[in-house]
Amino acid sequence: MSYEPPLEKYTVSIREVAWGPAAKLKKIGGENTLPFHYFEGALPNPAGLAMEILDVRPESWSPIVLEPFEDVVSDPVRWARKCIDVYGAEALCLRLVSTDPMGMNKSAGEAAEMAKKVADAAGVPLIVWGTEAEEKDAEVLVEVAKACSGGNLLLGPVVKGNYPDVSKAALEHGHAIVAQASMDANLTKELNIALCKSFPPDRIVVDPTSSALGYGFEYTYSIIERIKQFGLFDKDKMMLMPILADVAADCWRAKEAKESKEQGILWEAITGISFLLAGANLLVVRHPESYRLIREMIMEC
Amino acid sequence: MALKGADILKSLPKTNCKECGFPTCFAFAMKIATGGAKLDQCPHINPESKAELEALLAPPMKLVTIGTGDKAMVIGEEEVLFRHEKSFFRETAIAILLSDDEEPGVIDEKLRKIQGFHFERIGQKLNVNLVAVSHDSQDKGKYTSLVKKAMEFTDMPLLLVSCETEALLEAAALCARRRPLVYPITKENVGAALPKLKELKLPVGVWAKSLEELAGVTAQLQAEGIEEMVLDPGSKNMLEAVRDQTLIRRSALKKGFRPLGYPTMAFPCFMYSDKFKEALAAAACIAKYAGIVVLNQVDERFLLPVLVQRFNIYTDPRRPMTVEEKAYEILNPDENSPILISTNYALDYFIVSGAIEEAGIPAYLAIKNTDGLGVLAAWTSGKFNGEAIAEFIKKFGIENKVKHRKLIIPGVARKLKGELEEELPGWEIILGPQEASEIPKFLAEKWSV
Repeated sequence: MSYEPPLEKYTVSIREVAWGPAAKLKKIGGENTLPFHYFEGALPNPAGLAMEILDVRPESWSPIVLEPFEDVVSDPVRWARKCIDVYGAEALCLRLVSTDPMGMNKSAGEAAEMAKKVADAAGVPLIVWGTEAEEKDAEVLVEVAKACSGGNLLLGPVVKGNYPDVSKAALEHGHAIVAQASMDANLTKELNIALCKSFPPDRIVVDPTSSALGYGFEYTYSIIERIKQFGLFDKDKMMLMPILADVAADCWRAKEAKESKEQGILWEAITGISFLLAGANLLVVRHPESYRLIREMIMEC
Repeated sequence: MALKGADILKSLPKTNCKECGFPTCFAFAMKIATGGAKLDQCPHINPESKAELEALLAPPMKLVTIGTGDKAMVIGEEEVLFRHEKSFFRETAIAILLSDDEEPGVIDEKLRKIQGFHFERIGQKLNVNLVAVSHDSQDKGKYTSLVKKAMEFTDMPLLLVSCETEALLEAAALCARRRPLVYPITKENVGAALPKLKELKLPVGVWAKSLEELAGVTAQLQAEGIEEMVLDPGSKNMLEAVRDQTLIRRSALKKGFRPLGYPTMAFPCFMYSDKFKEALAAAACIAKYAGIVVLNQVDERFLLPVLVQRFNIYTDPRRPMTVEEKAYEILNPDENSPILISTNYALDYFIVSGAIEEAGIPAYLAIKNTDGLGVLAAWTSGKFNGEAIAEFIKKFGIENKVKHRKLIIPGVARKLKGELEEELPGWEIILGPQEASEIPKFLAEKWSV
């Protein structure tokens, strides 16, 4: 029987975003095909994996996911080093929880100082994340951009309400950004169009906002698939940015994840790997075991 | 490969006799193309054209039924490559592998777990679906007795796995009335197996080392009248599975290539010895088209995440997911616990109930049926306004559950506060936070009776 496998070629590529210090520059995106379709296209960069750290001791983490970091959670610098030295993290995501206006409400200046310390000590690609309070994030991320000038960080979340200030500072000080729009491909596109009037498109990663297995998973899964396909199939230039799926907090908030170590690790790893299959280019995860499992699964080609 | 009305018309008599119930042959053809009429309605079509057309009109992927009765598993007839294009329809069957090489104690334990296994999650039953009985010992007698044991201990459909064709067919005959899936039929054994397969009329699992070879074997079986097949492209790891499953689904749906127009199977149990990786590969195969996924474990901590992922992937994206209308009790609330109200849009329910659990403060979560609309859309359409909510509160006797008269409403529904104050005299209506993530803090600081 003669059989010709139905291979498909696309004429555009996902934009390649390079971030991190020169010695450890991390590239994501760049593929001209669907996720893991090595059989019909080029995927020059495997998905990026960042391990999450906080600038304060986590308050509500399950003991299951606190345990691997128990000895370092009071010191973000040591925490960062442990992720890299012990758990082999290639990238980190520092959450500036201390700046939460509803919480400790630390100043932008203090947070930026901590971000600088962590960035210097880590020496790996670093995402610096606010608290999703858009006004405060604008202050904080602008200060971080300045303090870490030239550090080529990935700053986020940048949203409709604060993008002019943050993107301006990011551009001035040599950082990339994460543009966040909630669960709607049209909003993702709108924000990209607005940003690209003054910001280079190949310095943008998009975040359609994530969710956990059993808690909205299917919405995130399909939004990621659709954004990728608007880009690849429809050649929409404003939809060709690499995609972030930040699954850490959502997964470990699920009650099922807190029931046992095995179930927790799989709750996060299955959510993460599913979103990679949908088209995410960068994941943020919390547990060292889910980090290792995902990496080994996607690197076996 | 949908057939157009004009293509169908070519094979019709074009006499416009109206006996089909449509004014013209063309109108009839258009109806057939969209699934609104059947070829049988035309009394004058010649049998040859009819057979040809029927073949073209058949769904591009066959339906396969494994097992009988309540627990029969039906897979196939999928219509899309991406769930957002329409929906995935028939959930991947999860099979649990038993081997005749395993210790009897292990087998008994597995069977006991398989039979007793079920989860319930927001009113949905999550189950494993098949028992795969594998012949790994050199002893045919051992295999036969394991098949018998599996039949006795469970009422679930069986997947028979044996590379000894003779043993496989004997086992198939033994449990034929249970309608097992018989696997593997290959290029090598298809000739020898055919007479028995034709006699037993069971669904057949086909294995080949390439898609081309797979198509050759299914064509041979199909020519002999075997209709129900499940394809195993022999993928050795997750990435190969993504490739093989994608190419099979595409060949069937986009190219209308009949020899690969069948549901598929994958064996994460043979891809990875690590239980975590086995579960991850299973999740990948569920997202990427496998009709059956075979696992080697019955540990609930590994199965639950896989079953929830399957449930999510197969949720119909065209309908908002909803939860049942009622007052949910979270963390065993009492008469002094707060009452929060929200819509029955499943995502709202998940996020709010999750936030209450995170707060660690027992509460009633009153979920009003809004046909899956979120707060603002439901308010606009009258399903979540003052009047509708007041009626709901009374209907469910929510006021009898607590001593206080305080109701916390979603922070985005500002206008609702005034409406409810009017409709529910004597109640204090409290505007909650704008974001569900602020609920823990809100309850901790603001809640007191």
